[in-house]
Amino acid sequence: MEFLLAIITGLLYAAGLYMMLRRSLVKLIIGLIIISNGANLLIFLLGRITKGHPPIIPKGSEVFTEIYADPVPQALILTAIVISFGLQSFAIILIKRAYQAVKTDDLDEMNTIEEDIR
Amino acid sequence: MTQQLLLYPLLFQLFLSILLMFFWTKIETQKVISIVGSCIAVFLSALLFYEVWNFGTQTVQAANWEAPYGITFVADTLSATLVLLTSIAGLAVSLYSSASVIPARLRFGYFSIYHFLLLGLTGAFLTGDIFNLYVWFEIIIISSFVLITLGGEKAQIEGAVKYFTLNILASIIFLTAIAVLYGLAGSLNMADLAVLVPQLENRRLVEVAAILFLVGFGIKSAVFPLYFWLPASYHTPPSAVAAIFGGLLTKVGVYALIRIFSLIFLKDVFLDEILMVIAVLTLFSGAIGSLVQRNVRKAFSYLIICHIGFMIGGLAMFTKVALTGMVFYLIHDIMVKTNLFMISGLIYRIKGTNNMKYLGDLYDKFPKLSFLMFIPFLSLIGVPPFSGFWPKISLILATLEQKNYILLGAIIFGSLLTLIIIARLWSEVFWKKGEELPVRKHFLYYQKMTNLKKVQFIAPIIMLTGVSLYIGFGAEHIQQLSSRIASELFDNTSYIEAVMPQNK
Repeated sequence: MEFLLAIITGLLYAAGLYMMLRRSLVKLIIGLIIISNGANLLIFLLGRITKGHPPIIPKGSEVFTEIYADPVPQALILTAIVISFGLQSFAIILIKRAYQAVKTDDLDEMNTIEEDIR
Repeated sequence: MTQQLLLYPLLFQLFLSILLMFFWTKIETQKVISIVGSCIAVFLSALLFYEVWNFGTQTVQAANWEAPYGITFVADTLSATLVLLTSIAGLAVSLYSSASVIPARLRFGYFSIYHFLLLGLTGAFLTGDIFNLYVWFEIIIISSFVLITLGGEKAQIEGAVKYFTLNILASIIFLTAIAVLYGLAGSLNMADLAVLVPQLENRRLVEVAAILFLVGFGIKSAVFPLYFWLPASYHTPPSAVAAIFGGLLTKVGVYALIRIFSLIFLKDVFLDEILMVIAVLTLFSGAIGSLVQRNVRKAFSYLIICHIGFMIGGLAMFTKVALTGMVFYLIHDIMVKTNLFMISGLIYRIKGTNNMKYLGDLYDKFPKLSFLMFIPFLSLIGVPPFSGFWPKISLILATLEQKNYILLGAIIFGSLLTLIIIARLWSEVFWKKGEELPVRKHFLYYQKMTNLKKVQFIAPIIMLTGVSLYIGFGAEHIQQLSSRIASELFDNTSYIEAVMPQNK
């Protein structure tokens, strides 16, 4: 399981980076989404995977007697997912506005910032 | 009661931004609330600073969960100072925004988002938990995205795409670094990590985590190979927004670097060398980049990058003298950079452009205003009694102590080029005989403003110039403050003991 997850995480990072290096705006955003999913999986993976042992103290005992799954990484991932959800939805609106304003989705053509504004 | 004082500056900003949402369409009310609220925020941060200065580091454990388990908020002298500076800059920019940002922008919740940004900054300075730091960074970047795109002009959107992409990438790298560090040490509390990380066996992986942190924060603080987003975006939003960005957003990256590298990743020769190289190259590239710019705000943007190099250099040397210089420079830089962008906005309002080619004879027509703008320029360059001069003494002394002549050369080069850039700017913008520009329709020139608006424009510049003058002429106090911060940073045990008293 760990091995498989490690491979998938690596693939997600690689794919995300590849997409971010493309010139199209849409692919850039897709790359960002993929790479942030990779980061979430990485937290999950590095928090050690323990199957079938929820961190609940069994009835009758005061402390954990056996190994248990660490709940912290899951809380972290949940927070990170919510944040990246917000950022990604903003990103999608932004590329739509960018497309309307600049009339292109080619990043190389987005370098006309020489005019002055407030 | 007194213990919770730490959270007041934080909660007050949150309260303000929520309150402002209730007055969504009433922009005049929003202006009043924002300015009065910012005054109260300055008062609260000053109270916190007073408390920390007199009674040492303050901590609050969220929901009373003891240190390594819950989220801790810590105010040591560095955090308290930065919170105070944030609220002062916040007040100045709030006052400035009320006059300079056009109503069309204010109508879309400008002030509310602005206070969310200040909330994020305050939180980032106060938190003692590394994942919590990530969350504050996200609050900062999402509010800055809104502020940078608000108005939706073409250049703004183009700048925003670059700003947005690199900042999100930085956050993801930061998150990756947290994942690696958590996998290694099993803790998120910074004080706990400071205890755990030096004991780890797997030094290679610790170095990898450190480099990931360096890249993540490096993008945010715009150091040498990672700064390209900054000059591409900082001149596009309204000058009030650029002022708060230029003054504080890159500095929060520097703050995070200082925290992480003075607390968790210590005494690593490899990392110190990397920081040194970055500092030298940042100084060079920022200064040279600024030299060729024709747009006032672009020149200032490159100067931000150049001056980040001073701070990174101080961090790389990591002696008490160097840290004192670094902290002093940080304090001076926040005030002066915020002021610079407000000045560029004023120039824009007077002439209707920021292009040096068309600007000119400001000194002839506005001698008093020009004199006012001259003082921050002197502070920036570091002409002796002014604020930029004192930290450089400490930095140069530290380089001589370590016989680090390359960094010494870079520091002198950076200062000299700053002088040249400002001198050229002065002769181009203030002395040169300017062209007669066509009068722009629908553009509110400074000359045509009401007196109240003029005051709102000038008052924040006078205020920050006053603070800069105090930093320069009251250098003894600031030096005392900086050396206290430096000794706290140099010896991290006081921080650890304050967060985890059981660890004594």
